[in-house]
Amino acid sequence: MISYITDRAIKDAREEKRLFVRRAWVGFIVIALLMLALLGRYVWLQVFAFDSFSTRSESNRVAVRPVVPNRGMIYDRRGRVIAENRPAYRLEIVPEKVPGKAPGLEALLDELSTLIVLSEDDRKEFHESRRNYRVFDSVPLKLNLSEREVARFAVNRHRLPGADVVPYLSRNYPYGELLTHVLGYTGRLDADDIASVDEGNYRGTRTIGKIGIEQFQEEELHGVSGFERVETNVRGRVLNVVERQDAIPGTDLILSIDVAVQQAAWDALGDRTGSVVAIDPVDGSVIALVSKPAYDPNAFVHGISQRAYQDILSAPGRPLFNRALKGGYEPGSTLKPFVGLAGLELDLVTPQTRVFSNGKFYIEGYSRPYRDWKDTGHGWVNMGSALEQSVNTYFYQLAMDMGIDRMHDYLSQFGFGSVTGIDIPGEGKGLLPSRDWKRAVHDQPWYPGETVIAGIGQGFNVVTPLQLANAVAALVNGGTRYAPRLLYASKPAGVERAKRTKAPVELQVPIRDPGDWQAILDGMDQVVNGLRGTARNVAVDAHFRTAGKTGTAQVYKLAADKKKNEDDIPENLRDHALFIAFAPVQAPRIAIAVVVDHGGHGSSAAAPVARATLDAWLDQELERELLP
Amino acid sequence: MKRLLPAWVGAPRLDPTLLVLLMLIISFGLVVLYSASGQDMAVVNRQAVRLGFGLVVMLVISQVPPRILRAWTPWLYGLGIAMLLATWVLGVGRGTQRWLDLGLFRFQPSEMMKLAVPMMVAWYLHPRVLPPAWKTTGITLGILLIPALLIARQPDLGTALLVAASGIFTLYLAGLRWRVLFGFAGLAAAAAPVLWLVMKEYQRDRVRTFLNPEADPLGHGWNIIQSKIAVGSGGLTGKGWLNGTQSNLEFIPERHTDFILAVLSEEFGLVGVLILMLVYMLLIARGLHIASIARDTGSRLLAGALSLTLFVYVLVNGGMVSGILPVVGVPLPLISYGGTSAVTLLAGFGMMMSIYGHRKFIK
Repeated sequence: MISYITDRAIKDAREEKRLFVRRAWVGFIVIALLMLALLGRYVWLQVFAFDSFSTRSESNRVAVRPVVPNRGMIYDRRGRVIAENRPAYRLEIVPEKVPGKAPGLEALLDELSTLIVLSEDDRKEFHESRRNYRVFDSVPLKLNLSEREVARFAVNRHRLPGADVVPYLSRNYPYGELLTHVLGYTGRLDADDIASVDEGNYRGTRTIGKIGIEQFQEEELHGVSGFERVETNVRGRVLNVVERQDAIPGTDLILSIDVAVQQAAWDALGDRTGSVVAIDPVDGSVIALVSKPAYDPNAFVHGISQRAYQDILSAPGRPLFNRALKGGYEPGSTLKPFVGLAGLELDLVTPQTRVFSNGKFYIEGYSRPYRDWKDTGHGWVNMGSALEQSVNTYFYQLAMDMGIDRMHDYLSQFGFGSVTGIDIPGEGKGLLPSRDWKRAVHDQPWYPGETVIAGIGQGFNVVTPLQLANAVAALVNGGTRYAPRLLYASKPAGVERAKRTKAPVELQVPIRDPGDWQAILDGMDQVVNGLRGTARNVAVDAHFRTAGKTGTAQVYKLAADKKKNEDDIPENLRDHALFIAFAPVQAPRIAIAVVVDHGGHGSSAAAPVARATLDAWLDQELERELLP
Repeated sequence: MKRLLPAWVGAPRLDPTLLVLLMLIISFGLVVLYSASGQDMAVVNRQAVRLGFGLVVMLVISQVPPRILRAWTPWLYGLGIAMLLATWVLGVGRGTQRWLDLGLFRFQPSEMMKLAVPMMVAWYLHPRVLPPAWKTTGITLGILLIPALLIARQPDLGTALLVAASGIFTLYLAGLRWRVLFGFAGLAAAAAPVLWLVMKEYQRDRVRTFLNPEADPLGHGWNIIQSKIAVGSGGLTGKGWLNGTQSNLEFIPERHTDFILAVLSEEFGLVGVLILMLVYMLLIARGLHIASIARDTGSRLLAGALSLTLFVYVLVNGGMVSGILPVVGVPLPLISYGGTSAVTLLAGFGMMMSIYGHRKFIK
């Protein structure tokens, strides 16, 4: 009661209540207006902006994810798996989900390196590739984890937010380096690759064929990406698949390579550097394509470290270099059968035309001698015996009679000086010289001496082992020059039978007289089977009859008038040993070119490699023909 | 016969209208909560228990006559201030000091002040001559500013403003002169830049985000954008109960607490929102009606202030969810998951029922 008195005025209950009711009404009206405003907002959102928000809600909910097709398998001609997909695990990190930004990420990497083998390279590469991804994308850190690593990670996963182990299919090459120069390998898809492919089809693809068949047949092997529309929660975890369009797996490829033959050639080369190319002259299919040394393609699949790559780069013999495909060699005497055929077909000589070899050949008016490999000469020789004994004088004379341009034009029919058109990239062109070429490139006139040595495959001539083998194939199959094919057949997904691929015919060399061709083949037959043949070792204990031609490519250019002593020359300056062959002579099923780098003589170094390769092919090939 | 119990314990004094409206909101709230919690029955049960406890508190308080409640008011207010000071020293909570661990449960003293401040102001103004004189106004401002500042320090700007507002509403209903009222409003507007200076960085972020949510769609703007998408995609009739994709796929943050209205809007559409808001408006109207028939000044002011404050909660939460007001931690009354808020609100309704039950009988 006392407090009432402290106020100057007296409380008027009735007036207070009237005042309150007035204020309450005003308050309620204001509230009602504010409520209408609020509801207006909801009406706007839910009625007028409904379409827009509905769409945004839908795109929140549903994410479209690519379904990566399984890459096609690759088999050899006998059905051996030579490239396959193996289930593997990779470690991925979503940088955005790693707590603590950059230091947190480093801490996570440190932590991970206690669980899995993580090199400095891996870390560096991870940081580099991060730039190509968005922060909420999963960035691969390490491919192909071992089972132990996967297990160790799984146990510790709870304390490693942002990191996850993801299953994937990893390319695997069971034969390793044996087939590297044929198959190539798949590697990480990089920015340059993306520019060259249909980006939509590669949205989920992480690897792409880098060289070899893997690159050439990329489109076939890759397949067609599918997609799935998935419902994801805010963290991107898939809750439900709304719609799925399966991927179409890549086409399985069957190569014409026979791993057994490839292996035989590989083994026969031993520790030496060199290459072997074997082609079936009947259909232009490549049976073996060996370039040694090689390297393990599997190392590249999982992302090769900078150091391992440096090791390969600096290894002796340049393992990365595919010498079968792009190695340029002087053909030497292996060119003689083709020069000889040119002489016959151009009607400059007949098979019976005789030439006397006394060990030295002179161009009229010049004093410089061009030598035979036998100081005393070979005496009277015709086409057959000139090939059998590799008589230079015969071909010096023939070349002089023919002239360089006619030789160029005729030999080019066999594919010298141009790519064969094989179905892997990176092929070398070699060089088939001519007057025009010399004028255009060197701006110099042609000298007669250059024609003379061109007749025995020296001078400007450069061939690749592949060109040589393919030329032999055309020589023995009646002049059909194929663009050789490694792809033998392909089997698209869902198709029962594989479809045979035919090697396209590049050129049919015109035959003026079949007798001319037979004379050359007979001459090559004598190289192996004749009494004075330069490669008689090839015929020993063979189940089939082989024909061939030895050759030597000069590395260290001695003056042609000096006789050299093999043993005095260091190995890296020794001549390359060449050998071309075909078998069986009656009905050739294989044409082969062997080059042993710095091997010395074709007969001693290259011919045995050819023999081993022919054995591997023909023993099973003959057997197969005996089967009903 | 001599009564064994105090005289004020008699036949239950309830307002059936208020009770029905409350039960409508509570049931709707639990239905929405089931969906918003990701169909987690445990969450719903927990909330139901809290609401049950709140209803018991409400029923008990409704039996206590307003004058007894008024007699307790200074103690309650004093206790609240003491607990606010205690949070300063031993509060728990992520980065803030809002919670007080009482062993059995954690308690948010600031929630209690939402009730204690209007009660205290009503207690103070009850015997004074109204409209309030300058001195009365000044002391009232002191009563509401002390807890408001303590809460703002925690920091919990939203609750601080609401607590202050509940006191101001009491003053307004007491008849504070319009020009004084507008004068305060002007002062508040002038103080806004100062407020900006004392705000914590995260609070400034909220304001910035509010002004332009799309500037940082994956960061601070995320909540507002996702909430708006949820509301907007609900359309007229909603996606249906349990079918809200924004909610079930966890795009809505705080979906069962502060942003539960987004879930409701998504699943029940504009129709659901309208029904809910209608019930709230009926509750407020009923509260103001009860105030207008109250027996004494204190009761009248308290009932009126509680009703107006209730609306502010609805408005602020509804505005936040729909992106027209900044994100402040204001729950949707009786629907958001959370115990303290629900119990406090129901205690408030208990007081209204008490005021209703002990009203002056005109006839």
